[in-house]
Amino acid sequence: MRIRGLRYARGEQVIFDGIDMDIPRGRLTAIMGPSGTGKTTLLRLIGGQLRPDAGSVEVAGQNVARLRSKALYRLRQRMGMLFQNGALLTDLSVFENVAFPLREHTRLPERMIRDLVLMKLHAVGLRGARDLMPAQLSGGMARRVALARAIALDPEMVLFDEPFTGQDPISLGVLVSLLRRLTDALGLTSVLVSHDVQESLSIADYVYVISEGQVVERGTPASLRQSTSPWVQQFLQGQSDGPVPFHYPAPDYRADLLAEGS
Amino acid sequence: MTGFLQRLGATTLGVTERIGRAHLFLLHVLAGFPGLLPRFGLVMKQIYASGVLSLLIIAVSGLFVGMVLALQGYNTLVDFGATESLGVVVSLSLVRELGPVVAALLFAGRAGSALTAEIGLMKATEQLSAMEMMAVNPLHRVVAPRLLGGIIAMPLLAAIFSAVGILGGHFVAVGLLGVDEGAFWSQMQAKVDLYEDIANGVIKSMVFGLVVTWIAVFEGYDAVPTSEGVSRATTRTVVHASLAVLGLDFVLTALMFGDE
Amino acid sequence: MMQSRSVQIWVGLFVIAGMAALLMLAMKVSNIRAFSGEEGYAITARFENIGGLKVRSPVTMAGVVVGRVSKIGFDKEIYEAVVTMSIDPRYDNLPEDTSASIFTAGLLGEQYIGLEAGGAETYLRDGDRIQLTQSAVILEQLIGQFLVSQADK
Repeated sequence: MRIRGLRYARGEQVIFDGIDMDIPRGRLTAIMGPSGTGKTTLLRLIGGQLRPDAGSVEVAGQNVARLRSKALYRLRQRMGMLFQNGALLTDLSVFENVAFPLREHTRLPERMIRDLVLMKLHAVGLRGARDLMPAQLSGGMARRVALARAIALDPEMVLFDEPFTGQDPISLGVLVSLLRRLTDALGLTSVLVSHDVQESLSIADYVYVISEGQVVERGTPASLRQSTSPWVQQFLQGQSDGPVPFHYPAPDYRADLLAEGS
Repeated sequence: MTGFLQRLGATTLGVTERIGRAHLFLLHVLAGFPGLLPRFGLVMKQIYASGVLSLLIIAVSGLFVGMVLALQGYNTLVDFGATESLGVVVSLSLVRELGPVVAALLFAGRAGSALTAEIGLMKATEQLSAMEMMAVNPLHRVVAPRLLGGIIAMPLLAAIFSAVGILGGHFVAVGLLGVDEGAFWSQMQAKVDLYEDIANGVIKSMVFGLVVTWIAVFEGYDAVPTSEGVSRATTRTVVHASLAVLGLDFVLTALMFGDE
Repeated sequence: MMQSRSVQIWVGLFVIAGMAALLMLAMKVSNIRAFSGEEGYAITARFENIGGLKVRSPVTMAGVVVGRVSKIGFDKEIYEAVVTMSIDPRYDNLPEDTSASIFTAGLLGEQYIGLEAGGAETYLRDGDRIQLTQSAVILEQLIGQFLVSQADK
């Protein structure tokens, strides 16, 4: 997958301003950046739900924004996407959620769908939860079900949107190792969008760091830790002040307080 | 002054644009109807959700409306010594107007608001987005069965409303007020026409079913995906659908019964 | 699967209830079994004044509905109304000298055509014309005449 000169603005606000990325097949690529840099937007551009203002997103040699809806839907069948909070269909059980893409896109007999669904659920360790409804699941379990659903059609590529946010340490560990194991076992091209530094660095093959619409650093996790950019260091270490100031831009503190009286 | 003009212009443009989008939306949804035939289970679920679950409120309301009609009609007709016509008054009012209209208003409040909230929340929780990414068109998979379910359920609900209402009117007229039972039914049969009155009533309620469900699913699909946005959309559904039903009822009545 | 089965059963019951309601409206409330005037034979009659007669008004004989008014026209040669009636083919033996009058049901009710059989041996057939007619009684004229006759006294 290649991204060239990508530009996207929402109203006045420019979210991406000329981004180039190469995402290799069969690897786990992490895209990191602070909150509000439009990481989710990037995934939507890749999935063709949004159209870029300039530049191109090519997936498997096809320019996503140029595809007509039929071809786009065909391409999406080869992609899986894991949404931030799972986005399970709340009126269907766990089993039916995983079966959903199979029922929509294949005409497999019921027995075979059952076997496939149980295999996928087994892979995420939730075979026993098949009859629960999404409302009965914890956040981490919901994400694992969504992961099983994302790989139900054996896609070539899976997009992960903030899979680690708001997880307790145990489910965090489960998700991290699942991502790595599935990528290796299924030969997936994985794109991971996250701002959880340690988890992402521990499993990614290659990392992009974006901020303010630009790629500020790229490289393997090891080379990233050696980065000389103070910005990257602040991001990786999680320091509260640095190149990214603690304060939102504001007039001088003293002047502001005094101005209150007048 | 220019401020007023500008606001007026902006509102007009906004409303026009929204109406245009609602029509495009309807076209896309209708394109999904043929795909529903082999999967009628999806529609079945929606007939259950909007039809069966509205049954109680429709039947109870119909009963009371019929009883009130009989009581009120009796007071007027008794002055002319024409209480035998009570059956006609009750049945014509119900079959032509009150059945389709009141059932549609109740439907908008009971099923329409639920549809908007459901679809709006599906949007807010990214379920619709997730479907798109699974290469499933939510307009066909989520919206189309709901629209078709509404179109099927509405005429049945309206018919039940009218029938229960006539039974309620019968109870009051014959049971309480002592109108002759034979006259009640025979006058009714003499005056109510199968095509003119009943078929037109059914057509009306189909149109109402389409319009109410259309407004409901569009508002849900178009809602701002926050809890506030969904609640506003739900309110808009009830208000717009009710106004649309009443306005359309006038137009349809004028078209169907106007030339008499 | 259990859930979807009960959904199906409920929907089935719902559809049956709706159909039953429609059937009740059609059979019990409306006049589906009465003669609708579509496949009858046509006879015409001329009236000086038809009052409030309308298309689809009933045509009765001895109080029984035997047909309906299918068309109301105006003959501009002789300034009379031409009413076409469609008569139920079961009643194919109306004598040729049958007379037609326009009556009002009750004081304020709707108007209808009442036929009265004559004694002729031959019967009316499709397209025939009734010769003996009596126009509608116009209440205003009646009151006017009554007032005039009172004033004369």
